[in-house]
Amino acid sequence: MKRAGLLMLILFIISYNGLSQHPNEANDHAQENWQEEIVVQDFKAGDMIIEHITDSYEWHIINIGHTHVSVPLPVLLYDQGKFHAFMSSKFHHGHDSHLGYYITHEGFNSGKIVRKDAEGNEVRPDLDFSFTKNVLAIFLSIFFLSLIFISIAKSYKRRPGQAPKGLQSLLEPIIIFVRDDIAKASIGEKRYEKYLPFLLTIFFFILINNLMGIVPFFPGGANVTGNIGVTGVMALFTFVIVTFSGNKNYWLHIVNAPGVPWWLKIPIPLMPVVELMGVFTKPFVLMVRLFANISAGHIIILGFISLIFIFGEISTGLGLGVSVVSVAFTIFMDLLEILVAFIQAYVFTLLSALYFGMATEEAHH
Amino acid sequence: MSLINPGFGLVIWMTLAFGILLFILAKFAWKPILASLKEREDSIDNALQAAEKARLAMEDLKLGNEKLLQEAKEERDMILKEARRLKENIMNEAREKAGVETKNMIQGAREQIISEKNAAIAEIKNTIASYSIDIAEKVLREELKDKGKQMAYAEKLLKESRLN
Repeated sequence: MKRAGLLMLILFIISYNGLSQHPNEANDHAQENWQEEIVVQDFKAGDMIIEHITDSYEWHIINIGHTHVSVPLPVLLYDQGKFHAFMSSKFHHGHDSHLGYYITHEGFNSGKIVRKDAEGNEVRPDLDFSFTKNVLAIFLSIFFLSLIFISIAKSYKRRPGQAPKGLQSLLEPIIIFVRDDIAKASIGEKRYEKYLPFLLTIFFFILINNLMGIVPFFPGGANVTGNIGVTGVMALFTFVIVTFSGNKNYWLHIVNAPGVPWWLKIPIPLMPVVELMGVFTKPFVLMVRLFANISAGHIIILGFISLIFIFGEISTGLGLGVSVVSVAFTIFMDLLEILVAFIQAYVFTLLSALYFGMATEEAHH
Repeated sequence: MSLINPGFGLVIWMTLAFGILLFILAKFAWKPILASLKEREDSIDNALQAAEKARLAMEDLKLGNEKLLQEAKEERDMILKEARRLKENIMNEAREKAGVETKNMIQGAREQIISEKNAAIAEIKNTIASYSIDIAEKVLREELKDKGKQMAYAEKLLKESRLN
């Protein structure tokens, strides 16, 4: 109860901060650019969906009338030898520029901070360390994970040798599943223990972010595991671990794959090239699979929601009619997404474990 | 296309954050949790093994008990047999002894009877002899009451002895 209270307080402070800074500004802004607001009213499903599943410099919570309620986040830039730090509220929800930097809405860099160079082209600042929505979501999930698992670790210490209880008994089967059916089964009895902390961490990190991504409001709603940067980093971790724990047998297998006719290796090293490519495609596929699965699910759900507004623009009645179907499909998709959240966490962990197993396998076949 | 354009800052933050998470969870969560799980599994394993051992020991004990019982029974039987044999021996011995004794006693009795019979016969003989002498004396006294007859008799005796 104490923890829940603390969380509510944090939430309140954040949202109050967001609220207090903007209503007047936003209202003024809305009055000044009345014409522009009308244009914004024109609903574009594609833009809305992309905006929802990509990273953002502020955490948009809700629109009340023309008032954007959002959590401003720090923007940290290093550009042309200078370091800039300011809050994203300076951009006024992407409408204004600050120090020459603004959020572009077009092209490959859409949604990111850019500036105009001498020729008038949009260029990214040299380094953009901004503490974005996804970064905040990552740190929130880390906070939750630490809270959950350290409390579980405490209950293990408090009740040694006894049957699990409460949260402990909810998560213990999953921990044992990861240990026995993923780590032990893929890596082998002898070496699995070294990789278990990483596998458990990655499993629960992906799972909690998948689940929080389904929740449409703060602190959920950030598409962390559907961001290619995040999945890329996790795949990179797997790649680095595989590369550093690869034994002689693993590298020998790449250079001289057993059971393959010799003419595939000499004089043209076809198999070694394919095997070497495999070393890089494995983490690449890990990255893309998780990113694509989670993003696709979000796109479908947002698509169904968009239908309501698309039909609503035609006529209010039609929008209401469609909403029944849309909501039904959204509920179905949300349930599917919960399943996918578990499956993708499992698949990423299992494949990582399999790669570790391959890298450490002893020559016996 | 912004979907597949990873933000540089996000990648850096994610690497940092995930590294921190990995460190925190590995040190403060997974290590104690996995250790406790292993400990509990080991203790369950040990308990099961101990139970199995106890079961085997019980079986052994039962087997031992049965063996002991069997041995005891055998010993009892042996003792009984021995006792029976002893009894038989004692009885036989007693019987033999009694037989010998009886025989001896009968022998003694017989000897006594014979000796007593002999003594009786001897006494009868003596008595008869003394009676005969008494009677002969009385007869002689009667016969030799007068001189004539005495003389006549002496004569006759002399004659008889001369004749011899």
